[in-house]
Amino acid sequence: MDVRVSGVRKEFDRFPALHDVSLEIKSGELIALLGPSGSGKTTLLRLIAGLESPTEGKVFFGDEDASLKSVQERNVGFVFQHYALFRHMTVIDNVGFGLKVRPSNTRPAKDEIRRRSSELLDFVQLSGLEKRYPAQLSGGQRQRVALARAMAIEPRVLLLDEPFGALDAKVRKELRRWLREIHDKTKHTTVFVTHDQDEALELADRVVVMSQGSIEQVGTPDEVYDKPNSPFVYGFIGESSRLPVRIENGTVWIGEKSLGLKADRPDGDGMLYFRPHDVELVDGSNGCIAGTVVASRRVGATRRVELMVAGAEERIEIGIDADHPATELSGIAFRPRHFRVFARD
Amino acid sequence: MALGFTLAYLALIVLIPLTGLAWRSASLGWAGLWHVATDPRTLNALKISFGTAFVAALINVFFGVVVAWVLVRYRFPGRRIIDAIVDLPFALPTAVAGIALTSIYAKNGWIGRWLDPLGIKVAFTPIGITIALIFVGLPFVVRTVQPVMEEIRTEVEEAAATLGANRFQTITRVLLPGLQPAILTGFALAFARAVGEYGSVIFIAGNLPYVSEIAPLLIVIRLEEFDYAGATAIAAIMLLISFAMLFIINLIQAWSRRRYGYGT
Repeated sequence: MDVRVSGVRKEFDRFPALHDVSLEIKSGELIALLGPSGSGKTTLLRLIAGLESPTEGKVFFGDEDASLKSVQERNVGFVFQHYALFRHMTVIDNVGFGLKVRPSNTRPAKDEIRRRSSELLDFVQLSGLEKRYPAQLSGGQRQRVALARAMAIEPRVLLLDEPFGALDAKVRKELRRWLREIHDKTKHTTVFVTHDQDEALELADRVVVMSQGSIEQVGTPDEVYDKPNSPFVYGFIGESSRLPVRIENGTVWIGEKSLGLKADRPDGDGMLYFRPHDVELVDGSNGCIAGTVVASRRVGATRRVELMVAGAEERIEIGIDADHPATELSGIAFRPRHFRVFARD
Repeated sequence: MALGFTLAYLALIVLIPLTGLAWRSASLGWAGLWHVATDPRTLNALKISFGTAFVAALINVFFGVVVAWVLVRYRFPGRRIIDAIVDLPFALPTAVAGIALTSIYAKNGWIGRWLDPLGIKVAFTPIGITIALIFVGLPFVVRTVQPVMEEIRTEVEEAAATLGANRFQTITRVLLPGLQPAILTGFALAFARAVGEYGSVIFIAGNLPYVSEIAPLLIVIRLEEFDYAGATAIAAIMLLISFAMLFIINLIQAWSRRRYGYGT
C-alpha cells in the first residue's frame, strides 16, 4: 500500500511539532524516520497511524484519504517501544486480539483465529510460548509478540515506534537483522522510527532524516551518508569535520590560500564539511589544507589526529593510517576526497 | 527479628482478643451457640448486615472505579480538591456522617422530601443502611484502584485501538481485566469495612428488629442486657463469615497474581 503524507502540519497546544511535511512511501518499502528527540519523527508516525490528527494537511493510503478515518478503521499495525502488550492475556490471545474484536460479520471462527495466531508465532520464532504471559517473556520476545500481534490484522502499513529502543545492544542487533528478514518475506510497507543512525542505515531502503519538525533529506542510506544535503545531515549522520572558508571565483580559500577545491556557490563566506576519514594526505603546501597536529588518539583500526589549521585558527579532526609517523607538532597536509560547502550559520 | 516482632505484635493486637472472643462464646456450648445462631432475630440481623454490605461494596466498585478513572486521566480545575474529598469518609467520625445522611434522607430532608411522594423511603430502611455503607466504603475502592490505574500506559489503549478495538471493547477486554485484582481488593476492603460499620448506620437505620437492625447493633443490645455470651456468639459468627469471605477473595487474588505475573 502506497502511503502519501501531504503538506501536514501539527501543533500541540500551539507548539508546532511538524511544519508542512510531505512524504511519499512506495508499496513494500522499508522506511526509517531518523532524527534526534524532538524532531517530530514519532509525531509523523502517529499521524500516519491516526493516533494523532493533523492540524493541517492529509494522509493518503493509496488513493484513499485516510485522514477521514479513525485509527480503528485505518487497519495499521503499530508496534510500541515498550511493547504495550496486554498483560492479562496469554501470548496467543495477545496475537489474536485484533481478530477477536472484529465485528461478527468479518470475524474469523475461533479455530481459525487460533490457527492464524499460532502460525504467526511460528513465524516470529516463538512457537512453544503460546500459553505464557507477557511478564514471563524477555524484552526481545515481548517485542516479537508485539510484532506478531500487529501483523495478525493483515495491516495495510506496519508502523514501528523505536521498536528496539528498550532492548540491550546485543538483542537489538539480532532483532534488527531479523526484522529485515521478516520484511523481505512479507513485503509489508513498513515505517519505523529510530534515533539510531546505524539502525536506520543498516535496515532501511530509504532514510528520512528529520530535524525540528521538518524533513531534512530523504534518500537511500548511501545517498544520505555520501551526499548529505544540509549541515544538519552532515553532522547527524556519521562523523563530520567543518571549517570556515571563503569562496572566490568558484574555488575554496582559507585566508590567502586556495585549497584547490571547486565549490558550486556564489562568492562569500561558507562552511566546508567533509568526513574525517575520507581524506587523502598530500605532500607540499599548495592546493591543500595544512595544519599542525595538536592531539592524536587511536580509534579502532585508524588514528584520529586533531589539527590546528594554518590560517584559520580552527581545530579539526581527520583520520589517518594507524602506522602514520605523525606525532604532536608535526605538520600534515590533506585534501578531502568528498566535501560540500554550505552557507555559514 | 522483624518476623518475631510482627508475630508478637499480631498476637497482641489481633489474635489474643479474638481467642478471648472464641473462649467467651464457647461457654455457651454447641447447643447454646446453635440456638443463638438460628434465632430469627440474629439471622435477620446477619442477613441485613452482610446483604447491605455486599450491595454497598458492589455499588462502590462501580462508582469508585469511575471516580478513580476521572482522577487519574482527566485534568480539570478542582481535581485536587475532589481527590481530597474522597478521603473524607476516612477522616470524618462516622456518627457525623450518619446524622448528616439521616437529616438529608428523612421524610422532610433535602432529598427525602422528593423521594417520599414517590413512595421511596430511604431513612430507617435497609436502603438507608446501604447508603451509609456506600459512604464509608468509597475511599477503599478509589484508593486501591487509583495507583494501579496510574500505571496503565495510554499506549495499551492505543495498541487496542490500532488493532481495531472500539472504546467499549478496550474498556471491557483490556482495561478492566488488568484492574481486576485491584478492584477485588477494593471490594474486599469496602465490604469488610461495611460489615463492621456501626456509627453511621445506627442513626439512619431506625434499628427495627427483623427489618433494619444490623448485627453489630444486636451485639451492643445483648451487651446492654448483660448477655455477654449471646453477644460474643453473634460476634463469633460474624467473624467466621467475614473470615471465610476474605479468604475466598484472597484465593482469587493469589490466582490472578500468579496468572498475570504482577510485581515483575
